[in-house]
Amino acid sequence: MSRIELRGISKRFGDTPVLNDIDLSIAPGEFCVFVGPSGCGKSTLLRLLAGLEDPSAGEIEIDGVRVNQLPPAQRNVAMVFQSYALYPHMSVFQNMAFGLQHRKLPAGEIERRIADAVRILQLDGLLQRRPKELSGGQRQRVAIARAIVRQPKVFLFDEPLSNLDAALRVQTRLEIASLHRALGSASMVYVTHDQVEAMTLADRIVLLQPLAGRSDGLSVAQAGAPLALYHHPANRFVAAFIGSPAMNFVDATVASLGDGRVLVDAHGMRCAAQLSPQGLAVGEPVTLGIRPEHVRLGEGAQRARVSHVERLGEVSHIYLELPGVGTPLLAKSARDDIAIDERLAFDLPAQALHLFRADGVAQARGTARQSGSGC
Amino acid sequence: MKAGAGSRAFAPGAAPGQPRFPWGRIGYWAASLLFIFVSVFPLLYALSSSLKQGSGLFSPALWPEAPTFANYSGVFADQPFAQNLLNSLLVAGSVVSLSLGLSLMAAWAFGRVEFRGRGLLLILILSASMLPQVAVLSGMFELVRAFGMYDTLGALIIADLLLTLPFTVWVLVTFMRQLPKELEEAAAMDGVGVLTLVFRVFMPLLWPAMVATGLLAFIAAWNEFLFALTFTLSTEARTVPVAIALISTPSGFELPWGKIMAASVIVTLPLVALVVVFQRRIVSGLSAGAVKG
Repeated sequence: MSRIELRGISKRFGDTPVLNDIDLSIAPGEFCVFVGPSGCGKSTLLRLLAGLEDPSAGEIEIDGVRVNQLPPAQRNVAMVFQSYALYPHMSVFQNMAFGLQHRKLPAGEIERRIADAVRILQLDGLLQRRPKELSGGQRQRVAIARAIVRQPKVFLFDEPLSNLDAALRVQTRLEIASLHRALGSASMVYVTHDQVEAMTLADRIVLLQPLAGRSDGLSVAQAGAPLALYHHPANRFVAAFIGSPAMNFVDATVASLGDGRVLVDAHGMRCAAQLSPQGLAVGEPVTLGIRPEHVRLGEGAQRARVSHVERLGEVSHIYLELPGVGTPLLAKSARDDIAIDERLAFDLPAQALHLFRADGVAQARGTARQSGSGC
Repeated sequence: MKAGAGSRAFAPGAAPGQPRFPWGRIGYWAASLLFIFVSVFPLLYALSSSLKQGSGLFSPALWPEAPTFANYSGVFADQPFAQNLLNSLLVAGSVVSLSLGLSLMAAWAFGRVEFRGRGLLLILILSASMLPQVAVLSGMFELVRAFGMYDTLGALIIADLLLTLPFTVWVLVTFMRQLPKELEEAAAMDGVGVLTLVFRVFMPLLWPAMVATGLLAFIAAWNEFLFALTFTLSTEARTVPVAIALISTPSGFELPWGKIMAASVIVTLPLVALVVVFQRRIVSGLSAGAVKG
């Protein structure tokens, strides 16, 4: 059982801050996914854990032991690289055995571990092949097998699926999930830029945001269970990143405050959001947010012209033109009979509305649990 | 020679159905033949002279009137030429393995480790090869004497490293930089030390580059003359280039061209053999499949 603790981790390359002030605790056996747009430092954070980079400040503990000064091999972690990084001149067997031989394990033990890994990852018959004689998916499995035979306390995955084609990616995603269940006690830390991978695999998502050169920003935008990030984004960055297609944002001002309700005015559209009014003042500029899948079509008091329709089969993306708002409001609908230029009734449900203040922080969800029309 | 025949399919102006006079094709073949003649003639002349004897040497005919191998046996009979060959082999072999081993480690440091003064040091190494041999000759002589290595093969090995190390280091640094960084990181995760990393992970991948540079280093050491002439005295310690230059007749009043040419041909053979053997290894790259794709 191994707990990973990060305390006050910062990393800068020269004068450029990459990661800032990260406090994070990863529980034993947890599947933790670092996700974020490119340049947010998620791979760097993984490499700090692996020991391939040194933090500029802060402490890393694995299993209660401070590992800052330990070389990668002594941290009890194993890493699967994005490019697999298999030794091209060695056979699959040698690739797996190489590290074990250097730890002076007896030959019988090495054979046994490799046999186990071969069974788990279905590598039968490939042991004598060279990496160049393998397909992309097979190379990926060998790279994972090389990590498994080390029997580490923590597995580190650096975008392991990004070099696979779409079908294989889904299949390997399932395999990694079942591998995590099979290995049980080992923690997994997984880096990806793909929110689907993050949502489907993670016990907990750590969403990182780029610092954009500011050394006072926070790297962790939000950490929590996948659905917590989806339903209760802590700020506008999280709200925009999680969910596909992305959340709609509309500029608004606070019109009045009630008990567990905030009334806002968005370009003449008055909407009631079921949110805590705490900290808000009447007249304050805010941003109203609603996910496309939460917009209800064909009911409610609002009317808008359909400016564009994308039919994907299972759902349709309906673009609604709001008066006075530049970007259209995107709605997801199961209906496929909506035509362009149609005038459509829509409703933004009060319990699905998000409010973000000028600094991007989300307003907490109120305690009142009544549902109803928002706008 | 082979290049001309093998390229026939690519000869310009050979499009069928065009009755134009094939000037382009004729020019192509003329240029090829001229090139082949210029590059091969000196070799042929040496080969031809080595088969001639006595007054036959003064006939310019390329084909000897009475071909004889007396020069070849004479080379080995009149002086310890076999010993000289062995010396050359020892010197060139040691120089190749030493310079490849040293430059592989240097290439890792220069290519992969960031340290202050790295660029300056690389330039310094390169500039060592810019000095003419004569410039370092006297200083090197003092060093060799101080180490007590005068008239030994060790002196030649050390001196020849001065010629080979700069380019082996530079070539291997270039190749080392092209190897994916992840391989090194994977090795770090496996917990291997620097020497294992360099010799068990990188060396097999750099094999084609090592063969090419090793071959060049071998040729440089094998043909090296000035150091070999200066740092050896006795006949038994000589390498072949010096031995050939100092081949003499008992009378001392004539130059034994036949023997000199025979010795030169003998000296060329190992190089030809090496190139033929390693040619395929140079061509067949090993690094495919290192990373994705």
